[in-house]
Parts: sequence; structure tokens; C-alpha cells
Amino acid sequence: MKKNKIVSVSVMIIAVSAILIQWGCKPQTVQTAASGDAASKVYVAPGTYDEFYNFVSGGFNGQLSVYGLPSGRMFRSIPVFSVDPEKGYGFSEETKPMLNTSHGFIPWDDAHHPDFSCTNAEVDGRWVFINGNNTPRVARIGLTTFKTEEIIEIPNSAGNHSSPFVTANTEYVVAGTRFSIPLGNNTNVPIKSYKENFKGTITFIKVDPTSGNMSIGFQILMPGMDFDLSRSGRGPSKDWSFFSCYNSEQANTLKEVNASQRDKDFIIAVNWKKAEEYIAAGKGEKWPAKYAHNTWDDKTHSATSTMMNEVLVLDPTKVPDMVYFMPCAKSPHGVDVDPTGEYIVGSGKLAAVMPVFSFSKMIKAIEEKNFDGEYQGIPVLSYDAVLHGEVQKPGLGPLHTQFDDKGNAYTSMFVSSEIVKWRVSDLQVLDRVPTYYSIGHLCVPGGGSAKPFGKYVVAYNKITKDRYLPTGPELTQSAQLYDITGDKMQLLSDFPTIGEPHYGIACPAELIKGNSKKFYKIEENMHPYVAKGEKEAKVVREGNKVHVYMTSIRSHFAPDNIEGVKVGDEVYFHVTNLEQDWDIPHGFAIKGARNSELLIMPGETSTLKWIPQEAGVVPFYCTDFCSALHQEMQGYIRVFPAGSNPEITFSLGDLAEDQPK
Amino acid sequence: MTFGLNKKLTIMKNYLKGTAFVAVASFFLFAACNNPQQSEQSTGSPDVNTPLPAGQSSVQDDESQKNIVQVASGSADHSTLVAAVQAAGLVDVLVNAGPFTVFAPTNAAFDALPAGTVDNLLKPENKDQLSDILQYHVAVAVLKTDYLRDGQKLEMVNGGMITISKNGDQVKVNGANIIGTVEASNGLIHVVDQVLLPQ
Repeated sequence: MKKNKIVSVSVMIIAVSAILIQWGCKPQTVQTAASGDAASKVYVAPGTYDEFYNFVSGGFNGQLSVYGLPSGRMFRSIPVFSVDPEKGYGFSEETKPMLNTSHGFIPWDDAHHPDFSCTNAEVDGRWVFINGNNTPRVARIGLTTFKTEEIIEIPNSAGNHSSPFVTANTEYVVAGTRFSIPLGNNTNVPIKSYKENFKGTITFIKVDPTSGNMSIGFQILMPGMDFDLSRSGRGPSKDWSFFSCYNSEQANTLKEVNASQRDKDFIIAVNWKKAEEYIAAGKGEKWPAKYAHNTWDDKTHSATSTMMNEVLVLDPTKVPDMVYFMPCAKSPHGVDVDPTGEYIVGSGKLAAVMPVFSFSKMIKAIEEKNFDGEYQGIPVLSYDAVLHGEVQKPGLGPLHTQFDDKGNAYTSMFVSSEIVKWRVSDLQVLDRVPTYYSIGHLCVPGGGSAKPFGKYVVAYNKITKDRYLPTGPELTQSAQLYDITGDKMQLLSDFPTIGEPHYGIACPAELIKGNSKKFYKIEENMHPYVAKGEKEAKVVREGNKVHVYMTSIRSHFAPDNIEGVKVGDEVYFHVTNLEQDWDIPHGFAIKGARNSELLIMPGETSTLKWIPQEAGVVPFYCTDFCSALHQEMQGYIRVFPAGSNPEITFSLGDLAEDQPK
Repeated sequence: MTFGLNKKLTIMKNYLKGTAFVAVASFFLFAACNNPQQSEQSTGSPDVNTPLPAGQSSVQDDESQKNIVQVASGSADHSTLVAAVQAAGLVDVLVNAGPFTVFAPTNAAFDALPAGTVDNLLKPENKDQLSDILQYHVAVAVLKTDYLRDGQKLEMVNGGMITISKNGDQVKVNGANIIGTVEASNGLIHVVDQVLLPQ
């Protein structure tokens, strides 16, 4: 009996093993072996440049990373909403104000949708804007320094998802709240009073055309529901922005069921030019609002945070002809405008068809007041009157659409893990390719602008499972590159990404690479604690604060011997990198600092705050492998006990008398 | 004078032309000597037989402070040294991050060597010997005269030692006079009036 049991167990093990082995051997299909010429299409020879820059949000890592296409090589991770100890971002005294909010210093956010600045709805290569989803913010990254230059907080918002989606000439970046919330004086209300008390806002942030500086132009008060994505118009629709929304049911709980009860939610059309007219006519109501506006200055190498206290609010139920609803199949996610500005694609992620709206029909319907009633006081346009047509059975879970330069659209299908290519003019599905796995957003270079560059589509996948060598429970997330130059899309490569590759944008390298800054001119350094040469290096005590005006150059700090600080002093190392040479940063770290390193660009000054905890001698050193004598680039600071009264001394090259020559 | 250029800069002007000339001259030098390897993009079939691209000296950067080679190349009175550095294959080394101190003999210093010495060293078969001599003129360190001391011995890249003598402002290296100093992005050039011969 026992023996039989062992035999049968053994047979089972063999059978199961055989099945597992068979499953383990993946078939050599297009999924695992991209076709023959794929390798050469993504090969960028050593020392040569990629054709496109690809900026990919890191999602929950709060950063923006920079890749090249077609190689998929990663060049840089730009800290935006999250601290980055590698770069001292959020740790140096100069960068801390960048992460200030009305809630105080926040070291993290969820960065979702980068978008390029535009001129005539074409990518102009000046800035990237990106939204912070959790504590509502929008950031601007400069494309000469690849640095976060500005962050503005969005008041009266809770989850800035529907953002930033730049208007045709970068007049505005937009910010629609994901969560509606109680607004105004009394926000402590029962959650079940959603329908009565909860409101949404759509914010238009004005962008200065020269400096790029952002300021809140106005907010539009919206019915309580969830705002998802957006795209601004171009060409005939350039004065409009379009937003998707869900939860028009106004459910306050179990939204995965209760926000999908109605057949249709809405695409919201906002005429921001009209809104500007109302603002100019004084129709905006002043609402008190506390929000931080943080700006970076490349001359002082420092950020400033200013707390703002007021916004202008427009209520579309009081100022007409500004906001319209277009019915869209269940719970639309993406809303995407084609390059001509005529077609608006709604991706109802729970719907069987994908509606494409016509802007000219929308204008006609508005003129003819072809309404299908209203929703919370805002006119709902007749679905049939505004519809260009429906893409039939496009796939499951349409999410986001990008366009090429030949009149085709590419829509990601989350549920069926595929990209579907279809023609905008007649809405015919032309091709479909699988993605591995669970694609979210997708990107064609310039594919959200009036001038797409075509050539590739990149899938940003949420799940990779067996695509790479396993690394424990958490696996890398991934981008997949497809060639779209032929009739059939062709998978070329997988490349891993850091963070969640939530959303990506790409443009020809020519638009950006020639503007890249090599170093900061030392004579233009306006930092209040700069030392523009070693002769200006010094240590100054001001009460319990000690300011070290330090310089770094290959391969020493000046000074590198400091004595006379005391336990409990606030010591500020203001380190100026004197180099005037491309790609020669210096680092700075000191033992025991409850902080990060500094990483100081050539010509820049950065400050590390350090409070010595005990008497003794403490070393500091350069952390960036700057030169052959990098390991020699170090120094000491001597700490005296609290309550003592030591003299501050500092030196460089002052040897002890007994040193050999 | 941001970088505390040596007071002997006036002397230097006899040896080194103005910045504009440095820039122009080095541009021509690099245009002539190096094939810029950055093309816009080269996808397509990888060619394993493609010769290795030029080294760091081919980096195109007309904004950064000049490196040691760029500075020397701009000096009409260092044409022999520059030719020798090229012949010895040390150009890419001397544009590296360094930091270096180069004792740079003038043309006159090379001319003072026995007749035919330089021509002989520049022959391909004597590349190792030339390289050894040139490396005796290079230290991996920033040797500011302020920090040099009389009698100090310092190791050079070729492994040989030099001896510093200091008498007031007058600094000598193995008996050669330092007659000017100029700073470069990756180190210092001390102009000397004699070729240093490995001892």
C-alpha cells in the first residue's frame, strides 16, 4: 500500500514536471524572437547618438528618466517630485525649497504625464512639464540643464491626474483633479454627502512664453466626479482643451463597480479662450487658497518657495458657452486629439467601441444647441451630432491613442495587451500586435502633437512576468519598441525602465541636443556663499552657525583642514565647484551627516548642513570620481566639545613640520 | 585672474598667444588631427571592422576652459613639444581628466639639444624613447609653485624623479627655470627653458 502510494506520487511528480518543463520552454514565435532585422534597427553604434530623445515618467518613483530611441539606452534620471540623494536633490539647502508645499516639505510624489512645450502645437524642445499626482503639483523641467526648474502646487485639487497637457502655444498647462472633494470653508462633511458637497476643479496654469514661469490663471469649478486625462486642441480646436471624466454616477465608495453604472460618461470640452474673456471681464471669483510656488534660479543656484494665497474661480453654471459635455462610452481614460485638431478620440476603457468625435460637428452642435439635456447645469451635446464615428471592436480596454505622420492612430489596449493601428479617416482597424504584457500608455515621437514624426511606437508595459531574468517578487517594468514604418507593426526590442514607465514622450534629438548646457560660468555665480577662487575660501562663525566657503577643483578642496567647530554647531559647507569644464562635477560627503552627498556641477555652489554630534576629527571627501587623484580629494574638520571656545582656523597645504620633503 | 594665475603671466605672453589665437589654433589642430566620431546616428548593420574612433581629444567642445593640449597647441613657441606629444601618441592622455602638471620646454629649449636629437626622437622607431622623455615632463598632480618646496623630489609619470629648487620667487626643476605658468582645465603648464632629461 505504502509502496503504491510512493509510485503514484512519483508518477504525478514526473507528469507535473513534464508539464512544467514544457511550459518553461517558450515557443520560438514572434513573441520571443523578433524578426531577423530587428537587431540592426535598434543598434546604435558605440559613440554615436540616438535619433530621438525619449522622456519617460517614473510613475511612483517621482522622477523623469531620459532614454534614447531606438537603442533604449538610458541617459539620465531627473529628480522632480522625489528626493534623489545621488544628486543631493531635496537634501542640499538650495534644493529643499523645490519640494515645499502647503503641507510642508514632501519628499515624494507620483509623477505621471510628461508633455513637451509647444509652438503651433509642434514640439519646440524647450521644456517638459509633468504632473505630481498625489499632492497636486505641476513641474517644469528645463531642457538645457535637464533640471527641475519650477514646481507649482494646485489648490482645490486632490490628485492631479488630468495634467499637464500643454495648449498649442504653451499658453497654459492644465490640471484636472482626479478626486472631487469638498471645497470651501466647510470641508469636514460626511463622505456620503458626495453628491451634495463634493466638487472638482480644472485648473489652467499660465506659462510665461519667455521664462516658462508658471502661475495659476484660473480654476473652473466642475461637478463632483473624477477627471482622468486630457489633451489640448490644435489647428481649428486650438482654443479648446478636452478632458475625460468618469464616475458621473458620483459614487463615493467601491468605485470599481459603482463608477461604471451609466452607459456613458463624458469628454469635457473647455473653451479656455472664452474663460480668458470672462477673467478679463472680472467674472472670476477670488477664492482664498494656500499653495506653494517654487522656482529654481541658475544664477544663485538656489530655489525659492513662495506661499500663494488666492485663485480666481469660474463657475460654468454662471458663465455660459465655456464648458460642454460630450457623452463617451463608459469610463473614458484617454482623450486624444489628432494632429489636424479635428478629431477627438475617447477611449472608454470598459466599452466595446471607441468613439471619435468631430470638432467641426461639435461647434455646429453648439451653434444649433443640439443638446441632450444637461448634467449638473452644464449642457450635454447630442452624441450623434458630435460623432465622427466609432472604431468597432478595437480591442479590450482601450486606453491611450497616439498618431503617426500618415493619418494613422495607435491605441493601447490594456486588457487585451495589444497595440491596435487604425486609420483616422475611415476608422478601419489596420493591424494589431501583442505587447508583453498589459500595456498602459504608448508613445509615437511627436505623436501627441500637430507634427508626429512616426517611425516608432513605444509600449509602456505594467507587467513583465517572464520577459527578463527574475529578480524576486518585484520585476523590472518595461518598454517595448515597435517599428511602424511598414503596413505591419514590427516588435524590435524590450528595454527595462526604472520606476513605472507610466507615460512617455519623444522628439528628434535635433530639437534639444544643441542647447545642452556644459557648465555654469563661475563669473555669473550669484550664490550668496560662493567662493569664486581658492583665495576666497574661508570659514566664518556667526553665533552657532559656521559657514564654510569651500572650493573644489581637481583634486583638492580649499580649505581641506578646518578646526574650531563645536558639537551642536550648524555647519554649512557651501561648496563651489571651480571647474569650467564639461562633465566634471565634484561631490562632497562628510561622515555622520544625517543627509546625502552633494553633487556639484562645474561653476555651481551647493550647501550641505551638518551638525556635529561629538568631539573629534571628522573626514570629508569628494564622492564623484573626478580625476586620477580623486581618492586624494579629501580633508578633515576638527570638532571641539560644546561649551568650549576654540578659534576657527582653516588651511590648505599647510604641512606639519616633520613631513618628509 | 579668477584662478589666481601666476604673476608671471606677463612673461607667458611671450610664449602663449592670446585666447582667441589659442582657440583658433587648437581648432585647426583638432580638425587636422582627429576625425570627429560623433555622427548623428548610425543604425544599421554593425561593422566589426570599423576602426576604433578617436579618443577623448576628438570631443568637440568650444565652451569649456581649454585643456593642456589645447593651450599648448595655441602657443607658437611650443610647436616642437606639441609635435612630439602627437608623435608619442600622448594627445588623448593629456586631455584626460588629470589633473596634470606639464613642464613644457619651449622650442628654443628643444633647439638647444644636440643637433639632430629631436628629428631622431620623432622617428617612429624611437617612439618609446620619445614617450619616456615626454612622460618625464608630466606629473599626475597640480604642482602649484606656491606649494613647492626647495629640495622637494617628485615622481613623474615615467617613474623618474625631479628635484625642485626654490630661491625666493625663482623655481627650478632639475636646473631648468620655470619661466611662466598657465592654468588649464585639467591641470597646470609650467613653461621651462630646458628639456628635462630622465636621470
